[in-house]
Amino acid sequence: MVPLNNKSNPTAAFLIVGIILLLTGMCWGIIGAFQYVIPGLFKSQLSFERIRPLHVSSVVFWIIITAVGCTLYYAQEHTGKKIYSVKLLKWQWALFVLSVLFILITYILGIFGGREYWEFHPILALPILISWILCLFNFFKTTGTIKKQPVYVWMWFTGFVFFLITYIESYAWLIPYFRNNVVNDLTIQWKSYGSMVGSWNMLIYGCGIYLMDKMSGTTTYSFSKIGFAIYFLGLFNLMFNWGHHIYTVPTHGYIKHVSYLVSMTELLLIGRIIFLWRRSVKENKKHFHQSGFRFYVAADVWIFLTLLLAIAMSVPAINVYTHGTHITVAHTMGATIGINTFLLLAVVFDQLNPVIRKIKNYNRYLLPGFWISNVSLIIFWVSLIVAGILKAWWQVHHPEIPFSSMMQSLRPYFILFMITGVTLTAGMWMMLLPVLKQYFVQRIRVKKRMGILYNRRRASLHTS
Amino acid sequence: MFRESHKALIALLLVTGYAGYSIHIYTDLPQANVEQHIQVEKGKKLWQSYNCIACHQVYGLGGYLGPDLTNTYSLKGPAYIKAFLESGTNVMPDFNMNNEEMEALLAYMEDMDRTGIASPSSFKLHLNGTIEQ
Repeated sequence: MVPLNNKSNPTAAFLIVGIILLLTGMCWGIIGAFQYVIPGLFKSQLSFERIRPLHVSSVVFWIIITAVGCTLYYAQEHTGKKIYSVKLLKWQWALFVLSVLFILITYILGIFGGREYWEFHPILALPILISWILCLFNFFKTTGTIKKQPVYVWMWFTGFVFFLITYIESYAWLIPYFRNNVVNDLTIQWKSYGSMVGSWNMLIYGCGIYLMDKMSGTTTYSFSKIGFAIYFLGLFNLMFNWGHHIYTVPTHGYIKHVSYLVSMTELLLIGRIIFLWRRSVKENKKHFHQSGFRFYVAADVWIFLTLLLAIAMSVPAINVYTHGTHITVAHTMGATIGINTFLLLAVVFDQLNPVIRKIKNYNRYLLPGFWISNVSLIIFWVSLIVAGILKAWWQVHHPEIPFSSMMQSLRPYFILFMITGVTLTAGMWMMLLPVLKQYFVQRIRVKKRMGILYNRRRASLHTS
Repeated sequence: MFRESHKALIALLLVTGYAGYSIHIYTDLPQANVEQHIQVEKGKKLWQSYNCIACHQVYGLGGYLGPDLTNTYSLKGPAYIKAFLESGTNVMPDFNMNNEEMEALLAYMEDMDRTGIASPSSFKLHLNGTIEQ
């Protein structure tokens, strides 16, 4: 591992755009939560069908662009080589950022044409695809072979390749053969989405393992048998467990059985977490004072909670109750905020360390922000689970009660998740706004200094 | 430590399994693939361009602000759906659809309705955790 010169870190721009997307995306989420509590809020300007994709796409793009930036940074540190082509990297970044910007603008204007999670017009999927291919090429050229590489390099390879495959597959609906029947369409859609989530998890977990190696100063885990065994288990789940999303869709029975069996292998992961519990608590206490490591510890707790919920939801007989309820939302929030976001923040804090350590009295913002967001997330998560249980009871046992009456009965929990959504966002802003501010202040200073040096040089050339 | 050849073999087995499984699903889709009526196709496009899935669900997949619409056509009838489309509700905006658009959306919802039953109460649960409809 060769630490990079952070002054010339070309991947920092990915992280900064990611942070901006996270902070704005959470604000869209707050508006959405208010719309649950105050029906008809902004109905004529920004109704829910615009707010939801604005929120979801912003945070999904936060995860993707930051995971890519973090992986490319660590790929350089790991190989001790600079990125293969900075020019290509800049093109990739520009294509991605411009596409995201366009997509968000079309959402605000109410222009759609895609499907859930990729609601934008399919034409906008093209620049993202091109950007990903550029990224893949740059990554392959930088890291070279996967022979005799640690497990995180295998995970990065997997993440990059499978995102490309599943992203293309998620557009199979453009072909009438897949689109003509709702059930066929949903089957292929969730086949691709289920594996796609696994692919970006590979990038993020790979970065997490790399960071642990870096902090501990050993590479024992990343070359170990258990490290690779867990990686292959993850890959197995990425490929075959997507069927749990569509247990209630009248698709092939074998898809459901395969998914049920494969998902149960995740019990091995739960077993391992419990087995290593005491050791990880001891390890966590040792490093907890380090700002980035706090996020790592938080993600550890969320991995356990989310995995428990995921395994329960993977049992078809339980899934009949949880599917289509806010329990699914709770699971998604646990995974995207509790695991993905906290792991990414741990990595971002490592990569932007030269910026962060220059923030004056940063602990004044970081510590309260960290605790506010974590406590809020727990209450947020529980309120969604309770709302989900009540909805599950309604949809299985009392479907004769009108939908609006059921929603009215869930109002106290919606109020709770709205309030904690606001505090969760406030906590994140508290932690990340000083980072953005410091980054831009440093950039302006560097540009000014460059200008002064340039002018001095010109003046000295004139006098000589 | 895993040997490099073992790693490559496991990866190859998994990738081959994934490719075979994918091809099998693509070539043996769950339901008979009949050519879609032009009106249904138009309705599906409208469903996507108005982003109905942000608030509603199909087989429990989608947003949770509004109800699941998979079987609304047979349960409530086209007139009931049209009344909502014509003026919206206190939550749902009025999308100012013309009659032609409404008819296309109804055709799509009728087509969706024919594919199966979405209500979770229609499932039989087994002790081994599996389900049956």
